Amino acid sequence: MATRAPDRPTAVPRHRSERFGRQLAYRLDVKASPYAYVMPFLLVFCAFGLFPLVYTAWVSLHDWTLLSDVHKFVGLDNFAFLLGDDYFWNATFNTVSIGLVSTVPQLLLAIWLAHLLNRPLRAQTLFRVTLLLPNVTSVVAVVVIFSQLFGRDYGLINWVLSWFGVGAIDWNAGTASSHVAISTMIMWRWTGYNALIFLAAMQAVPRDLYEAATIDGASGFTQLRKITIPMIKPTIVFVVITSTIGAMQVVAEPLLFGTYSPTGGPDRQYQTLSLFIYENFAKLDFGYASAISWMMFVFIVIAAGVNYLLTRRSGGNLT
Amino acid sequence: MGKLRPGRIAPMLAAALLAASVAACGGGSDEPAASGQPAEKIKLTVGLFSDFHFAPLYEEFKKTHPNVEIVERRAQFNDHHKNLTTQLATGAGAADVVAVEAGYIATFTPLADKFYDLGQYGLGKRQADYLDWKWSQGLSPDGKLLGLGTDIGGTAMCYRTDLFKAAGLPTNRDEVSKLWPTWEDYAKVGQQFMAAKVKNAKWFDGPGENFRAMVDQAPVGFYDEQNNLVAGTNPDVKKAWDLSVQMLQADESAKLAAFSPPWNTGLTKGSFATIVCPSWKTGSIKDAAPTTAGKWDVAAVPGGGGGNQGGTHLMAPKQGKHPKEAAELIDLLTSKDNQLKLFTDAGALPSIPALYDDPAITGFTNPFFNDAPTGKIFTDAAKALKPQHVGPKAGDVLTAFGNALQRIEQGKQQPDASWQQALQDLDRIK
Repeated sequence: MATRAPDRPTAVPRHRSERFGRQLAYRLDVKASPYAYVMPFLLVFCAFGLFPLVYTAWVSLHDWTLLSDVHKFVGLDNFAFLLGDDYFWNATFNTVSIGLVSTVPQLLLAIWLAHLLNRPLRAQTLFRVTLLLPNVTSVVAVVVIFSQLFGRDYGLINWVLSWFGVGAIDWNAGTASSHVAISTMIMWRWTGYNALIFLAAMQAVPRDLYEAATIDGASGFTQLRKITIPMIKPTIVFVVITSTIGAMQVVAEPLLFGTYSPTGGPDRQYQTLSLFIYENFAKLDFGYASAISWMMFVFIVIAAGVNYLLTRRSGGNLT
Repeated sequence: MGKLRPGRIAPMLAAALLAASVAACGGGSDEPAASGQPAEKIKLTVGLFSDFHFAPLYEEFKKTHPNVEIVERRAQFNDHHKNLTTQLATGAGAADVVAVEAGYIATFTPLADKFYDLGQYGLGKRQADYLDWKWSQGLSPDGKLLGLGTDIGGTAMCYRTDLFKAAGLPTNRDEVSKLWPTWEDYAKVGQQFMAAKVKNAKWFDGPGENFRAMVDQAPVGFYDEQNNLVAGTNPDVKKAWDLSVQMLQADESAKLAAFSPPWNTGLTKGSFATIVCPSWKTGSIKDAAPTTAGKWDVAAVPGGGGGNQGGTHLMAPKQGKHPKEAAELIDLLTSKDNQLKLFTDAGALPSIPALYDDPAITGFTNPFFNDAPTGKIFTDAAKALKPQHVGPKAGDVLTAFGNALQRIEQGKQQPDASWQQALQDLDRIK
């Protein structure tokens, strides 16, 4: 939104031409300078956002292999093949499944953690910094360590489960089990980060609401449910949107969990959309990989649109 | 600051234009920057996919080339080759000397315009040293010398003597070799081993490597000589597949994917009794499971040898600015003396047949493998080796079959369905 500059008192001009010149400068200042201010962003966006987007669309209409100089125009063939490709729908299912399994418990846990930290505590800063630590760890290190934990023969998790009489689970092999394993890695990295965002929002909630509720005899959980959550709803919506987009882009965890196998397990049981794109880029089939990228873009736009509608609906209820 | 007068602008413009055109000529021509002067500092990068134990050889090179600095870059195996592809396509970022493994060499040799012809830098004279098939793998279709071989992958079978003893099998390497003249025999001994119920131990690591070894021994593998993909119709491939499935169904597999972290753990913990061993893998085992020294031994591979698994070429991408030095470095890294050194250091089997009768190699024993005469075992394998034509996408084909076998192993698919899906995956390879 362009903001209108306040009217300035103009000096009485001596000549018509001078008056005209001043008016022009004034109008330019008001109308054009805001664009000049946002221009650096726009240029960077065009170079790294818009251009790749358009160029990818152009590539997706071709039979485009990296090492060949001939790029045959094939129209929408790549997209037609894509819609009939089982591997594509399998990757879509995996992305949604891993997205749900990782995001829902993650956000609940984050709210709970933020709630716990949203009270006078000793060594508060220490706890808050600790929350963020998993997020600054290298994703490669996280996945390598978690892959060891989820090992079939000598993994710590199977060892603990064996105390309860549960047989060794081949985490990597199963569809559900691999999704759980990958979701755990994602949750470990992002729960604390989201908890901090929630915590920031919670600190803006007026204290007197809690004091009144305490006097009325409301328990901690009731306060969380009836006061905190309604008050931080806009933040929740924001975190849901960013987490949804993040979940659409999961790639490093499944790639490394499968020891660099771009198919995401022998049965593609945990191949996400991004990994499917990577597989086809790695095969140098840029035309098809670009088509998948564009379908993924469409999915993200749909997801963002749904989120937007939800935001608008809930916007009226905010108190 | 003085103002520019029009009279001064013209000569300055002319000078600038002249400078620009000179620069353009310098950049545009294929002539390398003057590199003959000894004073000029040169940096050569070497791109590898694992530790080739080249470090002492760099020092040797620097003795004759004091002006050259060598920087080694390493990436994971698949990443290394994919990065190289993108670097060649985008025209920037490739190292001066790059390693290309046998599974990928046929992808790169057709790109003669992207690599220096090493023949122009006098390396054609090395032909007399080499195994013919290894030499011709490094040639472009029109006969330019694009790559020089380092090692080859003559194959044997490594086994754990402690597990063999526990299962009541012979442990002496000659007797072990006699247990499995064919792969069918190998599978049968596997059943015997499994029947002995050695705790936490299976017969082999995973099905992929055995399958690959069997296919490598056939006269024709995944591609015919004209680079047509024949994997789906080649009876030798199907035979290797069927036998691999049979071994899976007999529960002989430890279900570990080669080179994964659980595989490393399995090596250390003794999760499997045998493992297909191309020469270079003796080095990998030693690096991955140093605590198992002395528990291993080496026997002949089933099927009578004849397969080549892996091996590498060194190539010089045209992006490099110093082709002369790069060629000289390749010459040194692949020289006869240094191939001998790399065998004793890293288990890399030379591609120079004159070395196969060199006492320093034939007499070499490997203490990590219970003093097995690996020099003799692998040079015998190399002499028996019948090279197979490697097609352009052999790596992708192998992945498709490896995944298919793992699907059976993990109980996700019946063998027939998995074979069918593998064939569909082959159709997608362009």
